Amino acid sequence: MEKFTVHTGRALPLRRSNVDTDQIIPAEYLKRITRHGYEDALFSAWRKNPDFILNDPRYSEVSVLVAGPDFGTGSSREHAVWALQDYGFKVVLSSRFADIFRGNSGKIGFLTAVVAHDVVEQIWDMIEADPSTEITVDLVDRVVRMGDLEAPFEVDDYVRWRLIEGLDDIGITLQSADLIGEFEAKRPSYMPTTA
Amino acid sequence: MGKTLAEKVWDAHVVRSAEGEPDLLFIDLHLIHEVTSPQAFDGLRDAGRRVRRPDLTLATEDHNVPTFDIDKPIADPISRAQVQALRTNAAEFGVSIYSLGDIEQGIVHVVGPQLGLTQPGMTVVCGDSHTSTHGAFGALAFGIGTSEVEHVLATQTLPLKRFKTMAVEVEGDLPEGVTAKDLILAVIAKIGTGGGQGYVLEYRGKAVRALSMEARMTVCNMSIEAGARAGLIAPDDITFDYLKGRDRAPSGADWDTAVAYWRTLVTDADASFDQIVTIDAASLSPFVTWGTNPGQGVPLSSNVPSPSDYADEGDRVAAASALEYMGLVAGTAMKDITVDTVFIGSCTNGRIEDLRAAAEVFQGRTVAAGVTALVVPGSVRVRLEAEAEGLDKIFTASGAEWRNAGCSMCLAMNADKVAPGQRSASTSNRNFEGRQGPGSRTHLVSPQVAAATAVLGHLASPADLPAPAGV
Repeated sequence: MEKFTVHTGRALPLRRSNVDTDQIIPAEYLKRITRHGYEDALFSAWRKNPDFILNDPRYSEVSVLVAGPDFGTGSSREHAVWALQDYGFKVVLSSRFADIFRGNSGKIGFLTAVVAHDVVEQIWDMIEADPSTEITVDLVDRVVRMGDLEAPFEVDDYVRWRLIEGLDDIGITLQSADLIGEFEAKRPSYMPTTA
Repeated sequence: MGKTLAEKVWDAHVVRSAEGEPDLLFIDLHLIHEVTSPQAFDGLRDAGRRVRRPDLTLATEDHNVPTFDIDKPIADPISRAQVQALRTNAAEFGVSIYSLGDIEQGIVHVVGPQLGLTQPGMTVVCGDSHTSTHGAFGALAFGIGTSEVEHVLATQTLPLKRFKTMAVEVEGDLPEGVTAKDLILAVIAKIGTGGGQGYVLEYRGKAVRALSMEARMTVCNMSIEAGARAGLIAPDDITFDYLKGRDRAPSGADWDTAVAYWRTLVTDADASFDQIVTIDAASLSPFVTWGTNPGQGVPLSSNVPSPSDYADEGDRVAAASALEYMGLVAGTAMKDITVDTVFIGSCTNGRIEDLRAAAEVFQGRTVAAGVTALVVPGSVRVRLEAEAEGLDKIFTASGAEWRNAGCSMCLAMNADKVAPGQRSASTSNRNFEGRQGPGSRTHLVSPQVAAATAVLGHLASPADLPAPAGV
């Protein structure tokens, strides 16, 4: 997993709440069995509308998505995070994220930073005033900076540590293989198996 | 202080716990399907890892399989390749699989319970957010992403941060004609699509205790639509009666041992929840959605709301956008909304009780002109049971289509889609933009409302129907 410490880039103001994972990537793209190459799928239904903000050339080089509350609701599809990553996004800022989306992001080094909604509103206004303004998301100090704005964001301590170190979760868990074996030996024999 | 049910199940599965780190939880049952697993198996191969417990892992084909011509090769080459990848991976890693054509094939959340694999006190995961369904048995069950699928395949565990707990107390009795689907849609409308974030919901109270296992599965299924990763219900005699004699349920002396343990799986009287929500069951009536998220629901007897009805600016914007997408005008009576398609099925409402309820409404009546009605059983077993009871004959006599098992039009990954701009009444779980096909417009409803809507051609409940012919 790639390390994440500080990222600076242009941002996309997505003034919508409840952006569900069916919007981030519609189900038709979920038939693929590959792990990469989902950039074309990102927001594909909305991108058919020429007025959708991602089609605006002023936002052609964005890497930070700034969205309304309840981002990533619905389906557990990790493809939603892959599509954002493949498109070039490194971070999403929102005041609230769906649990599964957030978990999926943390697993693969994609940052979901929780900021207060009034901060989201300020950032939206600043981006729209000048889309070339860059925003910095500093995971080490847990702050976002843009122009004169500096605001803290929330991120789980453990996820933050793994992102900064770029650590693979499975490798960490396998260090506890003996404990897993001990647990398995104590499970009741009546519990079902699929064999 | 005592523990809640969710805390008891959690604590019984902690393999490792350390300050400042997530708990490492053992997973008792891992269900997989074709859509969210291929990249996980690739990850195992790349790292030279094996599946730690193939005997606790089960694969079924459901999300993108066709519901007709299932004896022929899958027509869509991309779907076919994905299903083939699941079969190849299952064979290579020694995982049991129920493929298209197998009598045990079906939607993963219908298959687990009907086999008796889902039992009280277990941890159950699947790369699908509706895994919360299994919570109906008092299991801690939740959806995971593909990286977590790989993690469970490799280690049979997951590192997880403890959930908070929320009690959803449904007091009193549900009125006649009000179903589990109406109840859960009303709960979601009350707490919102984000209200359950970070929580496990425990559904409690007299109205919940009175529900059958299938109805409890409908309720727990949609916990995720309220933002909660899991929802559960304490097991009781209704749960044990459902499980007894099922293929993978314990038997003989093991049954008694298991039931003695399962009876301890209740929230202690002195336990406390982080939050409590109370619903008066008697106040409920058939409930339907009007918008583009499952929290945008109202009683069927009311009208399409107006953005100005909402105090919050974000809600107003969302309502206006939903009305535009749905092609609806505020103030329209919900019952005046006409539909093109009716879908009865899914992991929410594709079980035998759901089909019986729909068939009772269709009996002696016909689907309205211009409406396409699709009935898709949740599993092959459900299909066979329905056919043994003659339900298929009722559906086809009324003009509805009777199909083979799968997720079908709930997410439209296969050929079953609502056409662009068309409107459906659907017993599924999500009314997101384009969920049932690009440009589709979805109203979430119960099986009874779906069937009555198919007959009248507009949103309706069975109470709105004239008496059937020949009765």
